[in-house]
Amino acid sequence: MDGVAESQRTLYPYVTGSSVVAIKYKDGILMAADMGGSYGSTLRYKSVERIKPVGKHSLLGASGEISDFQEILRYLDELILYDNMWDDGNSLGPKEVHNYLTRVMYNRRNKFNPLWNALVLGGVKNGQKYLGMVNMIGINFEDNHVATGLGNHLARPILRDEWHENLTFEEGVKLLEKCMRVLLYRDRSAVNKIQISKITDEGVTVFPPFSLKTYWEFSAFKNPTVGAEGSW
Amino acid sequence: MFRNQYDTDVTTWSPAGRLFQVEYAMEAVKQGSAAIGLRSKTHVVLACVNKANSELSSHQKKIFKVDNHIGVAIAGLTADGRVLSRYMRSECINYNYTYESPLPIGRLVVQLADKAQVCTQRSWKRPYGVGLLVAGLDESGAHLYYNCPSGNYFEYQAFAIGSRSQAAKTYLERRFDNFMGSSREDLIKDALIATRESLQGEKLRSSVCTIAVVGVGEPFHILDQETVQQLIDTFEIVKEEEPPAEEAQPASEQDAPTDQTSGADQGAAAGDQGGSPMEI
Repeated sequence: MDGVAESQRTLYPYVTGSSVVAIKYKDGILMAADMGGSYGSTLRYKSVERIKPVGKHSLLGASGEISDFQEILRYLDELILYDNMWDDGNSLGPKEVHNYLTRVMYNRRNKFNPLWNALVLGGVKNGQKYLGMVNMIGINFEDNHVATGLGNHLARPILRDEWHENLTFEEGVKLLEKCMRVLLYRDRSAVNKIQISKITDEGVTVFPPFSLKTYWEFSAFKNPTVGAEGSW
Repeated sequence: MFRNQYDTDVTTWSPAGRLFQVEYAMEAVKQGSAAIGLRSKTHVVLACVNKANSELSSHQKKIFKVDNHIGVAIAGLTADGRVLSRYMRSECINYNYTYESPLPIGRLVVQLADKAQVCTQRSWKRPYGVGLLVAGLDESGAHLYYNCPSGNYFEYQAFAIGSRSQAAKTYLERRFDNFMGSSREDLIKDALIATRESLQGEKLRSSVCTIAVVGVGEPFHILDQETVQQLIDTFEIVKEEEPPAEEAQPASEQDAPTDQTSGADQGAAAGDQGGSPMEI
């Protein structure tokens, strides 16, 4: 039970990021996340980059505790460094990084000192696309589209209906925007500053942040409690 | 090599800048029975001469599967070889557990070489007395490496180690230009011919040699005796298309071209026509 002293175990998260959504498309992986860091119910930090490249072949997106995400980035930095130091033409691909992270997350969970994150790991190596997820209790899997947190409930149903193989880049971005818009409307910890990243065999591109257009003139929004007995 | 005052400890240099204990360890490799390796772009074949001490005993295992994509043939102190094989298997399996991916052979041989180097720099250790021909795959295709007791490793197109390996090496040197583009079958055939060169006069039969193959899409495995004997029979019927060899030994093989199972055994292992009871 005690890998570390009682006062040093992670008990609850403090500064958290909300959902990450990612899909495979024709040339690689597209990943989207907003740039918010919430401090409880306060939307405190509005320029947090929650998607980062890892090595030559992978992208890592994280929701949950931001400081744990930064710690994970340090672990991966060291991993990639030692991988590069071999200088031998072999390199860790997204599958390997995903499995490494799974081992780390599960190990910490077993010591009752978890890294409070849900991670999305996507990448392309030698033309092979890979997209996986791993969370704080070590649950991991790979799929054609993944999401964390509320994204699982709001975004994945959309993706199950509308995702197909060989989406073009434009189609993929539109699909992700659709998902992020729903999250913006319905997730209280979402902020309207989205960052999309793509990774292909050529490399990583992190696009500049942008805001989604929202529409608040829906009659149901204007009078949200019409028909709700007892509500005000 | 002569006994001299600088060869007692592995940690003592000679005035000429040599570590004699390490060199003596390499001698141990030369005393072991031959092991041969050759590779193409997609396959690697390992072959070794496997002679039992007597008819009553089994022969030493000299080829070990390390993982589905890596195998090793050893020459020298087989006990040391076994221990190092266990280390290699352990490294492969640990890497696979963490990364769900096969350990690239290039990294395994470096780890092996570093392990051997440690023994050349500790006064309480001795160098491993075994040479390893490591065959395997990584991202860039098939590779063959030779790891020595000194902690050095080299990549080879084809190589042979152990006693009477020079004969095999000479044969391989003549033919290695073609190996990269060779088919799997041709590679195995060349391995068998090279093994026969090392036998120097003795008849090549599946009971005295072991062959193993690994390739892209083909996990490492040791060929069973019948397969090997069939392969030997196939190319022996064709006989040597190679030009008359520099060594005298092929002439004696020419004696009985048609009867494979004749009693024309030149070698020491007389009497075991059908393979002794404890073969693989």
